[in-house]
Amino acid sequence: MSKAREARWRPGLADGPLHSEIFADTRDGSGVGLALALARDALEVTAAQRALDPLAEGEDRRQVLWVQDRRAVQLTGRPYVHGLPPDLRERIVHVEAASPQDMLFALEEGLKCRDLACVIGEITGNPRALDFTASRRLSLTAERHGVALWLVRLEADADLSSARMRWRARPAPSIARRWNAQAPGDASWQAELFRARTHAPGEWTLYDKGGKLAVTPPAIASGQDLHRSSPRALGRTRACGQMVGTALALAAFETPPLRPATPAGVNG
Amino acid sequence: MEQLSRRILAIWCARLSIDRWKMSLGSDQAAPKGEDALPTVLITETAHGPRIEAANDAGLDVGARTGMMLADARVLCPQIRTAPADPAGDLAFLERLAVWARRWGPWSALDPPDGLLVDITAVSHLFGGEARLLADVEAAFAARELVVRTAIAPTAGAAWALAHYGTRSRAILEPTPRGRDMMRVLADLPVAALRLDEDVLTVLKRLGLKRLSDLTDIASGSVDRREAAARDSLQRRFRNRKSPAANPLIRLDQLLGRVPEPLLPVVPIEMPLVQRRLLEPLRHRALLDRVLADLAADMTRALEARGEGARRLELGMWRVDGEVITRQLELAAATREADHITRLFADRLDDVDAGFGIETVRLRASWAEPLAAQQGDVEAAAERHGTSLVACIDRLSVRLGEGAVRRPVPYASHLPERAQSWMPPLANRGGSALAVEPCERPFKLLDRAERIAVLYASPDGFPQRFRWRGGVHDVVRVEGPERIAPEWWRERSNVRLRDYYRIEDERGGRYWIYRHGISGDGRGGVPEWFLQGLCA
Repeated sequence: MSKAREARWRPGLADGPLHSEIFADTRDGSGVGLALALARDALEVTAAQRALDPLAEGEDRRQVLWVQDRRAVQLTGRPYVHGLPPDLRERIVHVEAASPQDMLFALEEGLKCRDLACVIGEITGNPRALDFTASRRLSLTAERHGVALWLVRLEADADLSSARMRWRARPAPSIARRWNAQAPGDASWQAELFRARTHAPGEWTLYDKGGKLAVTPPAIASGQDLHRSSPRALGRTRACGQMVGTALALAAFETPPLRPATPAGVNG
Repeated sequence: MEQLSRRILAIWCARLSIDRWKMSLGSDQAAPKGEDALPTVLITETAHGPRIEAANDAGLDVGARTGMMLADARVLCPQIRTAPADPAGDLAFLERLAVWARRWGPWSALDPPDGLLVDITAVSHLFGGEARLLADVEAAFAARELVVRTAIAPTAGAAWALAHYGTRSRAILEPTPRGRDMMRVLADLPVAALRLDEDVLTVLKRLGLKRLSDLTDIASGSVDRREAAARDSLQRRFRNRKSPAANPLIRLDQLLGRVPEPLLPVVPIEMPLVQRRLLEPLRHRALLDRVLADLAADMTRALEARGEGARRLELGMWRVDGEVITRQLELAAATREADHITRLFADRLDDVDAGFGIETVRLRASWAEPLAAQQGDVEAAAERHGTSLVACIDRLSVRLGEGAVRRPVPYASHLPERAQSWMPPLANRGGSALAVEPCERPFKLLDRAERIAVLYASPDGFPQRFRWRGGVHDVVRVEGPERIAPEWWRERSNVRLRDYYRIEDERGGRYWIYRHGISGDGRGGVPEWFLQGLCA
């Protein structure tokens, strides 16, 4: 390897990879959430470089191609304009692919297109079509045309792949809001980098700091853990603040499997 | 008084269907001894049996009439012959006639089912006066073996009335001051000359209004009290009829030129079309690709000459055995790049069955849009490789299908699943956004909200634990409720409201769930819970 291996990855590095894979579960939005955050981080770096170039256009208005296969649409839904980051809202082109072959075709066509900011893919499982050759093909296309690919692998094993960086994403408890500690805070992820060409593997707790990707300082992370050490106690404090009928519900709450303790308390 | 200065020529092909049928027989058949001498009717199939649309002279003589059932006509004349009517063909023929009729004026309009309107304002002197113009029209139509009645008048309504119901087959209404003078000529025409619907004619007949003069007397008000009362009742009766054909008062005003009557002119559009007739029928794909590339290059030149780009292309392949294979392509933006067209069609040609060979290949741009010529940037093109966004989207939609490539746009609704609609990727932004930005939303929305089992402290309180897709989630943090009421102007009255909560479970997964209704709202039993979106 010609380049010196950088010691540790951090957000905002200039030489972002052009082909990354993020492994995640379909039970939460962490995979695509992290992919979007990383993609925006990389776009911000290029935007900063463009700002130095006097000939470049002021604002990046290029489209983002978002490819999903049918099962990913079924399990995790479609992008929703009102919940996307404001700078991406008007720039999404969504593609729904019926088969893995179509999915790979769409990804490759997107990577070949010079008018796209980046390509985000969501593919479920380990389809036969997405073997090492196919992923190498995607890497080469991305590097030839300079369009970044963020491929989210849902419910997949980490098989052979030529992705330059491979992440494993889990949701992490969000940092409490200053004015409303009970509400879910800024999105936060536990990101494990388990294979990278230019960086040492490692694990980070990343969060969305006002639209920018940031690493949670260990102090906050540990403090948060302390704070969260007894979620049940928290639940109880809040429950006590509420009204009659709490005791019944709490009784049901103590029994680990969810079963109808009281007809009034359990629904469905 | 203002002079009505426009001149409109109305041409009524009184027997269009029969004339076309005679044409289809050929010239020798149309001779008096031929098929036309036998009673013949043109029929359409209806739910109650065949009905007569038109009858030739011999047919009329034996008593067949338009609108009669064929069975009734057979009673009058058992040996009557039938031919199928062709309304679509008549209309297409009329369209061609309208384009042809522009020889007498700058624009012409269709007057379906069998008439034409030509604007001949300030044109007649080219033909030596209006009388000679009408003679010229009649001679030209007679040469095409079409029976016509013609009229020239200051308004389209008056010209139509004279052509259809005038006493002579050629009528000219001189330009007059606005008002009664024109009416003096038209007063004796029946009310049907107003181009009204059947039911309106029935109403007028029942009211005893038979001539135009009856209607004008009432409509333009005399001093008599009884007349004024009649006018009021007539106006009340037709007050809510906005369509001109359903309202005799509007039609009367149009006839007299008091209300403008816009007409839709016919504009002929030629599609760019290129084709290759092949000496030797094609049976192999490689040769077909070559022909296609040639055609695309020809098409590029044809489009370039017109300053247009293709939006829809149709490729027709005629086989030796007469079979036609067509492939259609729709493009995201106007283009005239030969390579791009060739590549897109190449994906569509895999399943072409050449049979004994293809002898003619034709490429037609049935939808083209203006596309200005652009200077090619030589240096930049060499440096910036890759495809453009338009080309990329074309390739994706050709392979994945029309609806697979879309863009989400905001839509003016408070219901989350309605607040987003999908548009073609390069369409102008048609969606209207809400003026007020809603509260925080999930970044992914499930196609259908999934039902979850929820454990809560009190029926209207926060959720505490829920089961979704077989997994149990403890709710650690919660924000809400955000109450979204149903859209009562659109939905039924018993649709329940929704209370939305943003929640986070013990692992950190963030979701958007809602309770459908509140207990005791009288719109159903115990409220159900649904999970609708995933947050980042």
